[in-house]
Amino acid sequence: MELTLTINGKTETLSVDARDSLSDVIREKLNLTGTHVGCDHGACGACTVHLDGIPVRSCIVLAVRCEGSEVRTIEGTRGDDAMNVIRRHFHEKHALQCGFCTPGMLMMASDIIRRYGRPDEKQVRSELSGQICRCTGYMGIVAAIVAAADELAGEPAAG
Amino acid sequence: MKPASFDYVRATTLEEAVGVLAADDGVTVIAGGQSLLPMLNLRVTAAETLLDITRLEELKAVRETGEQVFIGALVTHASIEDGIAREAFGGLLQRVASKIAYRAVRNLGTVGGSVVLSDPSADWPACLLALDATAVLASASGQRRVALSEFLVDAYETALEPGEILTGFEISRRNAGGWGVGKVARKSGAFADSLAVAVLGRAGQATRIALSGTASCAQPMARVAALLDEEPGAQAEQLARAIRADITDAHEEATPYQERCHLHTVMSAITEARQSWS
Ligand SMILES: Cc1cc2nc3c(=O)[nH]c(=O)nc-3n(C[C@H](O)[C@H](O)[C@H](O)COP(=O)(O)OP(=O)(O)OC[C@H]3O[C@@H](n4cnc5c(N)ncnc54)[C@H](O)[C@@H]3O)c2cc1C
Ligand code: FES
Ligand code: FES
Repeated sequence: MELTLTINGKTETLSVDARDSLSDVIREKLNLTGTHVGCDHGACGACTVHLDGIPVRSCIVLAVRCEGSEVRTIEGTRGDDAMNVIRRHFHEKHALQCGFCTPGMLMMASDIIRRYGRPDEKQVRSELSGQICRCTGYMGIVAAIVAAADELAGEPAAG
Repeated sequence: MKPASFDYVRATTLEEAVGVLAADDGVTVIAGGQSLLPMLNLRVTAAETLLDITRLEELKAVRETGEQVFIGALVTHASIEDGIAREAFGGLLQRVASKIAYRAVRNLGTVGGSVVLSDPSADWPACLLALDATAVLASASGQRRVALSEFLVDAYETALEPGEILTGFEISRRNAGGWGVGKVARKSGAFADSLAVAVLGRAGQATRIALSGTASCAQPMARVAALLDEEPGAQAEQLARAIRADITDAHEEATPYQERCHLHTVMSAITEARQSWS
């Protein structure tokens, strides 16, 4: 089947199978391997991307459903000022070790900050309950998101 | 992990969608895909043809009239979490929506998909059963309405007939005297081990309490609901006796852990409902 979608600002027309997931197309047809696939059935959050501006799990979205949609992956966030602030805090707070969960964490983090403005630690923890990280124990990830939100809101970071 | 091959068709109107279903009984509806795609990926289910209904705008509507609220089948958990129809039942729908799965799943998962799947641990079936909702079903031969208590038949089984699409739910704006929710899950966002929703009656309306997390579909807790109407001030011990009797009917061969969970969630739902009724 033919599929036309906008990926990181660029419109692409591709030939896909009906059964291809959005993550299959992103990784295998578009070679955007920054989107990671951990479980392939919606349980871990590693494959989170933005579909028409909101986070979804790309392993449980049919690619053909995305006809005419706008998809943003981690590669599409390079020039994004807010994401660069989040990324810097991930670096400073040691919010990753192996990095497998990180693209999904970042895509989720920017949505958490968009919705809450300045989320507190409890809200961030609850929002991240579906994003699995096998390495860090989450402390650094939570601290990075809280600090990035504070900085983006123009408030002094709490530490 | 890849699902076995299937064909895909997309409908843009309800008329077109019921036409596709009427013409071919190998067609499976897909809405948010947040249950169906994991099941297809794990190959615990299969499909010949998927009919994508996500572009049926009429199924995304929420209509509030004086007596009734209509919630379209395609309304997502996230849009209810964000406040659609928040005032209609004093925030009950919003509370239930915000505790389902995770935001990225709630962004696509729909109320209709949750009820049609009738997962024994799902949140919406219990909530809508407690609100005495009516399912509105459409097919090529017309429309019919089924009370949720009849629509939910068993685990993963509903009264939906081949050729039918669920278009939404009608819920009467009853004089609810307060509501409460009790939920036990191993971690936030996981399917519930037990979930109870209580809607207290007022002005001649009956109290309704429903339970998820049984071996079957969402179940009514009729004895304790009746007790609350007869004796609004009933004490904990009396309530617990009625709840235990209801659990025996609702969940055959429940383990002691499951019984404790159910007793706890029903009791919490009632306590919260009583507190909110002031
Ligand atoms: C990680 C994860 C955690 C989850 N946790 C929870 C949880 O805690 N509680 C909970 O309740 N749910 C949970 N869910 C399930 C989620 O709520 C789903 O969104 C919901 O069960 C199904 O809705 P859907 O729109 O995605 O339906 P789909 O997956 O598209 O469809 C589900 C079924 O319903 C049928 N169907 C869908 N819509 C219609 C319609 N309008 N007419 C006729 N048939 C229809 C389909 O044919 C299919 O059989 C979880 C899902 C995931 C991936
Ligand atoms: S890979 Fe998609 S949720 Fe795990
Ligand atoms: S950094 Fe390794 S999984 Fe999170």
